[in-house]
Amino acid sequence: MSKQYETVIGLEVHVELATKTKIFCSCSTEFGGAPNTHTCPVCTGMPGSLPVLNRQVVEYAAAVGLATNCSITRKCKFDRKNYFYPDNPQNYQISQLYEPICRNGYVEIDTPSGTKKIGIHEIHMEEDAGKLIHDEWEDCSLVDFNRSGVPLIEIVSEPDMRSADEVIAYLDKLRLIIQYLGASDCKLQEGSMRADVNLSVREVGSEKLGTRTEMKNLNSFKAIARAIEGEKERQIELLEMGRPVIQETRRWDDNKESSHAMRSKEDAQDYRYFPEPDLPPVIISDEWLEEIKARQPELRTEKLIRYKKEFDIPDYDAQIITSSKKMADLFEATTALCGKPKKVSNWLMVETMHLMKEHDMEADDLKFSPENLAKLIDLADAGTINSSVAKEVFEKVFLDDIDPDQYVEEHGLKTVSDEGALRSVIEQVIASNPQSVEDYRNGKEKAIGFLVGQTMKAMKGKANPGLVNQILKELL
Amino acid sequence: MANMISDETMEYVGILAKLELSDEEREQAKKDMEQMLDYIDMLNTLNTDGVEPMSHIFPIHNVFREDVVENDDEHEKILANAPAAKDGAFKVPKTVE
Ligand SMILES: [Zn+2]
Repeated sequence: MSKQYETVIGLEVHVELATKTKIFCSCSTEFGGAPNTHTCPVCTGMPGSLPVLNRQVVEYAAAVGLATNCSITRKCKFDRKNYFYPDNPQNYQISQLYEPICRNGYVEIDTPSGTKKIGIHEIHMEEDAGKLIHDEWEDCSLVDFNRSGVPLIEIVSEPDMRSADEVIAYLDKLRLIIQYLGASDCKLQEGSMRADVNLSVREVGSEKLGTRTEMKNLNSFKAIARAIEGEKERQIELLEMGRPVIQETRRWDDNKESSHAMRSKEDAQDYRYFPEPDLPPVIISDEWLEEIKARQPELRTEKLIRYKKEFDIPDYDAQIITSSKKMADLFEATTALCGKPKKVSNWLMVETMHLMKEHDMEADDLKFSPENLAKLIDLADAGTINSSVAKEVFEKVFLDDIDPDQYVEEHGLKTVSDEGALRSVIEQVIASNPQSVEDYRNGKEKAIGFLVGQTMKAMKGKANPGLVNQILKELL
Repeated sequence: MANMISDETMEYVGILAKLELSDEEREQAKKDMEQMLDYIDMLNTLNTDGVEPMSHIFPIHNVFREDVVENDDEHEKILANAPAAKDGAFKVPKTVE
């Protein structure tokens, strides 16, 4: 009988903080600038330059720590991690090894067998590196330091996860907490959230951890799930053949669905950390911590309770709407504009979800404004447009954030409630469909549906359906 | 008490520091490092019970910047320090992952 294996997974998650400036200098963190346009002597490691810590970085890091049940280190310090690589202009990265800002926390995830706590070993603050672009033409590398010095927090979990599902649930939970705090937008594809997976396997029942590998370059939840499955199988195969798992860093190639060992950077594991002499310690007083606590925004659990109480929307709807910060923000802003929470929730739950699925989008990709959704709801609610036209207009709002008032006006989509005009169209429909008219008069109630359809078609969908029914019945 | 540093350690430290030393330089560096270790051994004989390890020599803490953008685009000045540049970027020998 073959052996039973268990997968043991811990995660190192890097999150780019949503500050306006870098961690140690006043350069902008804005995305997409031309190479090196957001740089200065500090973030390019020029001799003699000195770092000064961005207060907001400490506040975001502490806020994430509080929201993940960590204890906050009242006297924390920075350390130098020494290594040579062209994306690292100082030849060291300022990070935290000995006194990280947060320790010993946890988040709870839902699993098929109930709630499970995933421990957080620590959260530390550090700076991001620059970007290397390979130049095929001259066979050299080009360095852009715009990202150098962008603030990061690294969240190190305990090896508490046992499957890809648990990893995804944990990441989802972290993302939601951090997005709600406004500390980062946490987009995996764009790299503002990055996960390295530490994975080992062991025989079920064994207490000893197996040799682990670290996997990098995972930029979607799907890639993470595939990489975990792939690595688990690779390690089990090695063990089954009686060969050892080598402790190494592997790079996942999602196109090939396989990983390969990364060339070790000449003894790169010896980082020779030492206390950063250019930065004095950070002392977080009771008062400061209380201020940070007081400023914590409403998190998901609190929103769920409030939505049910304040807006009287069903639990299921509230769960879905709060499953992303983006959706919750859209819901609240639109409701504030039109005052119809149930209608807003319906548009988000039904049409928005439907179109998101159709276009393979996530809530974070939504582009339409609360103003335009509110206008659409008002138009539909006032009967200015009927429900099928409303769906059609919503698709335009969803895709291009058009102004529904203007669009309805320009395309003549207002519902026709002019009885005289309708009556003459219906008379024509009756005249050209004698068979259906006869069927109806012979008691085939359903035949009226066909006549309503024909009228709507003639009116290009803009007729008031109630009025069409009424006039038809009268004329028949 | 004198510390001894092996040739292997010297080579390893040289790799970490990206330094290529001549035989003469290596012998000198070896001596310097041995002296440093001796000095640290001496410090280690002191009684430091109850003394908090020091990470910063000045008695200051919480030196912060507010989160306000103050730096303009000065990439030309920055790139003036580059041994080689191309397309607004620092040009370096090819790196492989
Ligand atoms: Zn800078």
